Amino acid sequence: MSTAEKVLVYDRIKGVKQIPLEEFYTSGHRTCQGCESATVMRQFIKAAGPRTVVAGSTGCMYVANTSYMTTPWIVPWMHTQLGAGGSSAVGMAAGLRALMRKNRIPQEKINVISFCGDLGGGDMGLSGISGALQTDYDLLIIMYDNESAANTDIQATGLTTWGAQTTFSPVGRVRRIMHRRWKKNVAAMLAVGHPNCRYVATACATFPPLDFLNKVRKALSVGGPTFIHTYDPCPKGWDFHPRYSHELGELGVRSGLLPLYEIIDGQVVYTYDARKTAKGRIPVREYLSRQGRFAHLTEEDIAYIQRMVDEMWDEWEVPGVAPFRGNLKVPA
Amino acid sequence: MAVAQPVGVYEREDLLTGCQAVAEGIRLANVDVIAAYPIRPYTEVMDAISKIIADGKLDAEYIVADSEHSQFEIVKHAASVGARAFAGSSGTGWMYGFEALVVTATDRLPVLFLVGNRALDDPGAFGVEHNDALAIRDMGWLLCWVATAQEALEHVLLGYRIAEDKRVMMPMALAMDGAFLTHSQHIVRIPSQEAVNRFLPPFDLAERRLHPDNPVSIAPQVNEDWVMEIRRQNWEAARRARGVITAAYEEFNQVFGPRYKPPYYFEEFQTEDAEVVLVGMGTVAMPARTAVRRLREQGHRVGYVNLRWFRPFPTLELRDCLRRFRAVGVIDRDFAHGAPDDGGVLLHEVRSCLYPLRERPAVVNFITGLGGRDVSIQDAIRMYEITQEAARKDRLDGFVTWVGVRE
Repeated sequence: MSTAEKVLVYDRIKGVKQIPLEEFYTSGHRTCQGCESATVMRQFIKAAGPRTVVAGSTGCMYVANTSYMTTPWIVPWMHTQLGAGGSSAVGMAAGLRALMRKNRIPQEKINVISFCGDLGGGDMGLSGISGALQTDYDLLIIMYDNESAANTDIQATGLTTWGAQTTFSPVGRVRRIMHRRWKKNVAAMLAVGHPNCRYVATACATFPPLDFLNKVRKALSVGGPTFIHTYDPCPKGWDFHPRYSHELGELGVRSGLLPLYEIIDGQVVYTYDARKTAKGRIPVREYLSRQGRFAHLTEEDIAYIQRMVDEMWDEWEVPGVAPFRGNLKVPA
Repeated sequence: MAVAQPVGVYEREDLLTGCQAVAEGIRLANVDVIAAYPIRPYTEVMDAISKIIADGKLDAEYIVADSEHSQFEIVKHAASVGARAFAGSSGTGWMYGFEALVVTATDRLPVLFLVGNRALDDPGAFGVEHNDALAIRDMGWLLCWVATAQEALEHVLLGYRIAEDKRVMMPMALAMDGAFLTHSQHIVRIPSQEAVNRFLPPFDLAERRLHPDNPVSIAPQVNEDWVMEIRRQNWEAARRARGVITAAYEEFNQVFGPRYKPPYYFEEFQTEDAEVVLVGMGTVAMPARTAVRRLREQGHRVGYVNLRWFRPFPTLELRDCLRRFRAVGVIDRDFAHGAPDDGGVLLHEVRSCLYPLRERPAVVNFITGLGGRDVSIQDAIRMYEITQEAARKDRLDGFVTWVGVRE
């Protein structure tokens, strides 16, 4: 039994046969074949159930997802602005709490979930999510991260993997690599800065199986504001065949580039730890070489990414989570 | 106004600033969710509201947001689940949250905002300019200016009443001049809760509320298939608002005594036999009215029209009012650089309103009081003199004078 299960009382889904059959995100959306962000949508609301209100920030999961008169949402859903992932959740939670306290709607637990993409949540909306995680409202913010502005034309964001080709970072005759930002560590950053937030996690919708569903259940059970960052392979943006979406997620996790963890009341739980597997971490090359967006990388580039990932697991005080490396010894 | 009041309508009198008067209105309106973020000068309303809540006089969720954008999104989404919500801002803060202001209107969520008018940066200035609030004039908001603290309190109640009407469902911006009204104290008569409850029904978002028992999808992507029809619905709501506003003032007068005179959208001061008038918004009414009294002592037939409602614009009512005069001087406490005739925003609204008339008064324009610069009685007298000259000489329309500027 993991630490998470010891400290957290929640309705755990123990096997695939226990996954609820009811769908609350159903036909009507227009997402691409192999869309893992759509899998995130389907699973989070399956885990949360029907007594839920949802806000969705602008992004591919708005534009491709929710067309007028063909909405896929069985639960109440409302569009919110690109940078309003945090504030929309606070508004709904505050409104529901006030109305329940003033006896204008029945008292009950209503899940408040807001989702946003990596551009909306990890870049533009970071301040609003920080604000939300300082409140005492019960709410969950899910940042679905497909490493680009996937609706807008696959532009680089602060969460795009170093070196990737996007429409904002094309390969040119003079400059091979235009995107030279290292992937932003949003979940850990939020956990470190918000002691009021009892639950932060990273997840991949399809690997390991059930992991994401149970993380949603935990986030909604622990109380207060919570945050989950999901890694969503995107066939269109990452340039691979849609049939391999789930494999790409698994390779990213097993290579250690996409660390899976939970931070519960300040304690770290590795929900998949490649170091403890028989093979250990697989080389990042196995993940990178499957994607057209990295086709231009040289051996040196891949070695650089591998070195950064090795440091992340071997040198960080909290491996894969917090890039601290001990106290700097300053001469007296 | 020395008129008989129905018994029990007012509970007490107090010395309040414009912001504090709005806070009393928020208490009486039993607002559910309030989101705050500091910026001068509107911010005093949040100081007052937080104290009201801390003292247990209002049961509301009170959230200090991380930015104006979040502040405005919080109240928008609070309204989406059916809560009565309040926020506000000033100047650049208002502009920082502008995206959220636009969607609040297109989502047809009837929140109320206070705009303590402030000059836009750069360079920094705390004082009043109307460009901040005017920026939402095309976005589907109700927008009105108040000139006293009493009006400010009363327009919180009127504002929610009008905004939440099923025929309207538009957000309401209550604008007041920074410093001159936000921070100046007036004696305010505070209505009783019982009287307010008779005037202002509880907010009911009905079939549009976001709740598990009402699983709707709000604001899905529509593109060219439906945007035009949805814009048309907004347009029709803004048209319907005119009738709802009139009815709301009539009912307000029935509950609270004869506070407001038809046509409600503006107030006329000594216009009965006037040849020329000035038209302005907000606290410029004070020097303008004093100038009217002084000029009348010298035999000049001048009057003043204080425009209260900017959106919806009272086209027919103002046209009927202003057609009686030989010349109209429009006071703009705003700028519209490069606009037709290089005039201000209000000039173009008033001129456009008068254009269909065969016999139009001459219309001249004054840009004044920017960045909080005082508009003195002497300034107002000068504006009257220029407008009188326009009436005599039949000077070209749109003649613009900057009043009180170093040249």
